[in-house]
Amino acid sequence: MTPLSIAFLPLTDSAPLVVARAKGFAEAQGIDLSLVRTTSWATLRDRLVYGQVQAAHMLAPLAIAVNLGLSQHPAAISAPFKLNVNGNALVMANAFAEALDPDPAKRVHDPEAVAHDFANAIGLYRRKPVIGVVHRFSSHALMLRYWLGFAGVDPDRDVNLRVLPPSFMGEALRLGEIDGFIAGEPWNTAAVAEGLGEIVAAGVDIWRRGVEKVLAMRTDWMEANAETVDRLLVAVSQAAAWCDDPANREELAILLERPEHVGQPAEWIMAALRGKLMLRRGDAPVDIPDFLLFHREAAGFPWRSQALWIYSQLVRWGMVKADPATERQAADVFRPDIYRRALGGAGLPMPGASMKLEGALAAPLAVGAHQGALTLGPDRFFDGAVFDPDDLQGYLAALAR
Amino acid sequence: MRIVIVDDSGLRATVLEEGLRDAGYDDIHVVPPQGAFVAKIERMAPDVVLMDLGSPSRDTLEEMLAVSRALARPIAMFVDQSDDAMIGAAIDAGVSAYVVDGLRKDRVKPILDLAIRRFNAFARMQTELDEARTALADRKVIDRAKAILMQTRGLSEPEAYTLLRSTAMSQSKRIADVADALITAHSLLGGL
Repeated sequence: MTPLSIAFLPLTDSAPLVVARAKGFAEAQGIDLSLVRTTSWATLRDRLVYGQVQAAHMLAPLAIAVNLGLSQHPAAISAPFKLNVNGNALVMANAFAEALDPDPAKRVHDPEAVAHDFANAIGLYRRKPVIGVVHRFSSHALMLRYWLGFAGVDPDRDVNLRVLPPSFMGEALRLGEIDGFIAGEPWNTAAVAEGLGEIVAAGVDIWRRGVEKVLAMRTDWMEANAETVDRLLVAVSQAAAWCDDPANREELAILLERPEHVGQPAEWIMAALRGKLMLRRGDAPVDIPDFLLFHREAAGFPWRSQALWIYSQLVRWGMVKADPATERQAADVFRPDIYRRALGGAGLPMPGASMKLEGALAAPLAVGAHQGALTLGPDRFFDGAVFDPDDLQGYLAALAR
Repeated sequence: MRIVIVDDSGLRATVLEEGLRDAGYDDIHVVPPQGAFVAKIERMAPDVVLMDLGSPSRDTLEEMLAVSRALARPIAMFVDQSDDAMIGAAIDAGVSAYVVDGLRKDRVKPILDLAIRRFNAFARMQTELDEARTALADRKVIDRAKAILMQTRGLSEPEAYTLLRSTAMSQSKRIADVADALITAHSLLGGL
């Protein structure tokens, strides 16, 4: 047995790691997996960078930021696997949500209209809205910025973005320290269940196949332990498939409920797993298809084009200076080559390419795969923009900022 | 040198602050990581910020370090990236240290060394305290169970204790667990 430690944050999308351990997928691959529960991304990052753990459940943009030296000291870390796709939602305090469409179900399914309503509501609100984000370098923050930017809101000028751990958002909302927040589940459902706010937008409706958490590891460790990495990826990929199976949802929710995992009621965790969320306390749950994906459509495949989309957003918001070498470095964080090496023998459909247009699919599309049949789901951005990784400058020029 | 300790544990902050004062540092401020603590730290313009590595508020603090205009010089975590042993020791002890860029390593190292020692000492104290608390709670439970046995079975105190102990041994359980089960059963059966 190879002992491995992986750090994670208490979030529903830590599921593939929890399941890899609890359902014996890691053990079957000869891995004695221990999970290290962590409360902040900074601590998770440090545990990984300074070698206390071999891998981590990490925000994809944070993995890139660490490589670029944007989040404390630069370190070479790699993401050979994505743990999930999407899973976030934007919750706003009831008082703010009142200025939007009165029907919460209409809101989530019309992100364009709500973005404009939101921009108007900012002007009417009693102060510059304070919105909690889980990290500067989070998919959540980038998605919120993208969505607000569409409606002409400058996220650095017109709203106040405040960084708070996901588990603190509800309390901050209750105390009036923030007017809303964007975070992963189950924290949105928790805030709604406690009547603190309403879900006004879902990540999946902003970008239908948004990149979210990755399995990150130090690049030197990954290279020195190729055989272990391959076994780990097989175990986590099998666990992700288990998580995606509707037959296992209830068992998964009960597993995640345990205090050493997410530590929140299974009922709340079920919401994201089923894609059926209560948007306002007392309302009937609303279907939000594909709210959170673990395995279908080769969800684990780390498309280099997605790393580049993250880079494009970091450039857009002035967090990093555009530069061909930096661009290359950002793309290199995602390692489809390792994914292929580890999972090529597992019978999974394997994308033939490592880059694609992001946001070009309005309907499911069968794509070239090395084995099996691979159908990619619709991956549009809500504004219809298409990200061509070969024309990053053109893409940025077309965006408002 | 201005040192800010971000901590909500009164005891740990005291342990650390005392150590620093004994070592001759006198410009020390303790700030609990609640509400607008970041703005408070900004106004203090510290040279070194010490914080529990496990604190969920580290992301909030790092965000301030990334965007603050009040802090003219960048603040980085730890002072010397080449000293892996020290960083390892700090992480093991659960200390994170943010240091203003440009401070000399030899000025910061003793602070970090001290913080590591104090955090470790605090963790030991905490363990001992937890053990003492458990021991106290155990003794209370065992006393109640003994009283029940003495009352219902007419045993003397040593006999009651011997019975609890032999039951625990035969079931390979802790005496306190057996006593706890007895109290539960007794109350279910209508005893007091």
